[in-house]
Amino acid sequence: MDCDKCGKPAKVHLTQLVGGKIKKVALCNECAADSGVTDPTGFALADMLLGGEGEQKVASVVPRPPRKSRACPDCGFTLDDLKRIRRFGCGNCYEAFREEVQDMIRGMHKGTSHCGKVPDGLMEMRQRKLRLEELRARLDQAIAAENYEEAAGLRDEIRQLEEDMSKSETPS
Amino acid sequence: MMRFSTLLKHPADWMTGKGADNAVVLTSRIRLARNLAGVPFPGWAKKAQREEVLEKLRPTIEGLSCMKDGFSKSLDSLSSVQKQVMVERHLISREHAARGEGSAAVIERRQSVAVMLNEEDHLRMQAIRPGLDLSEAYETLNRFDDEVAEAVEYAFDPELGYLTTCPTNLGTGMRASSMLHLPALVISDQIGQVLQAVGKIGLAVRGIFGEGTESLGNLFQISNQSTLGESEATILRRLERVIAQVAKHERNAREKLLEDDPEMVSDKIGRGYGVLKHAWIIDSKEALNHLSLLRLGGDLGFLPPETVAMCDELLMEIQPAHLQIHSGRKLAPEERDAIRAEIIRSRLQSLEPPDIGKIKKPGGDDDASPDLGIA
Repeated sequence: MDCDKCGKPAKVHLTQLVGGKIKKVALCNECAADSGVTDPTGFALADMLLGGEGEQKVASVVPRPPRKSRACPDCGFTLDDLKRIRRFGCGNCYEAFREEVQDMIRGMHKGTSHCGKVPDGLMEMRQRKLRLEELRARLDQAIAAENYEEAAGLRDEIRQLEEDMSKSETPS
Repeated sequence: MMRFSTLLKHPADWMTGKGADNAVVLTSRIRLARNLAGVPFPGWAKKAQREEVLEKLRPTIEGLSCMKDGFSKSLDSLSSVQKQVMVERHLISREHAARGEGSAAVIERRQSVAVMLNEEDHLRMQAIRPGLDLSEAYETLNRFDDEVAEAVEYAFDPELGYLTTCPTNLGTGMRASSMLHLPALVISDQIGQVLQAVGKIGLAVRGIFGEGTESLGNLFQISNQSTLGESEATILRRLERVIAQVAKHERNAREKLLEDDPEMVSDKIGRGYGVLKHAWIIDSKEALNHLSLLRLGGDLGFLPPETVAMCDELLMEIQPAHLQIHSGRKLAPEERDAIRAEIIRSRLQSLEPPDIGKIKKPGGDDDASPDLGIA
């Protein structure tokens, strides 16, 4: 929805009763601030916008959360898209909408956790990544504790692991 | 590379049941859905991204040893009739046929493995075998999948398995199905019960031809619905067991029909033969239903055993796009009905009338009674 005053995207939505009817006004942040809408007592604006029908009662002045729905950081697919087409935009959407995925797949399948085939090399790669994370955490601890002998050992181990991983990532 | 005309001329072995008992279970099919990591799924990808995926995947698939001398076409290089023919042969899906640039089909020479590129997922691969043999079809496709995985990185999540465009395919990405011919269960009115029992186990049943719940030609497909939470082996075992039970029920129903009412069976098969042999105008629905009876007659011994394969070929040849290719031009519906009748008549020319004296004696292998929970 656009601002009723200047046409920019509206951020503030004003609902009020005028003559027993609900009237809605949408404003961008600037126009809202200019007209004092964020201050429920200053109400010249409604009159102006609604053609001077006169104010009666303020039902609410609610700044809504941004209208744009949450999106997958990788492909830009939004939660609205997901709700509309019940399909995903890319593999990372499953991470971006993890909670919604859980709701969706409950009852859809015999279970919620994969028990089948795993692509070759993928599990190994994952285990190495976990191991690497663990080693790095221990390295930080060792350095913090000024345990330099252990740190040197850990550093060598990390280097070796990183080397192995970059080797197996390049297709033969 | 194989040409479309070659593909057309040589129906796959699984289409005509060569080398397997396909009297009740015609085919077993496995489909795997896979996507590349880090690229949007085809439906959400921009045109350039889709083409990029195709440029990467197509040479990879074509280069696999089993695809040597196979068929590979971009969908925009095929006419709509050609694509429709491929749909009628179960080589590509209806959805895939609607696509053009940026999508392709790669098919193994004997058509036992077929791959759709940029359908709903980046990769949809299928393996088909005649008869009930889901495990073997899976083994074939599993090896194929391993080879592809060596060349590309799949979108995979340890918790959710293979990531697919639609969450109904998550996990294994596997849909396994069999096509069954169940005329005796239909004639004896047991089909509803059997299909209901299958549905209760969480498997899906649908007619092969016809809209909605209607089934033409007494042909049904049974497949798994759930793809997540169970291993491929578990899914396949359950499915094979259930399909074998349904097939057994059909067998029993055929024997019972012969015992209880051989005249009714002879009458149905005889009428089917008569109509198909002498009709000059026949629509698809009528043709499918009579071919189904002829097929039953071939299995029961009223007609020579080759009749089964002949019917399977005809099932394919009388479909709309096949008829158009056959006549080399676009056909109005009434023209189709005339050409369909002509093709059937010519195929049935040398087929002798059904002989009730040749009825196969009911076999004695009715031990191990099936346990679908049907009285």
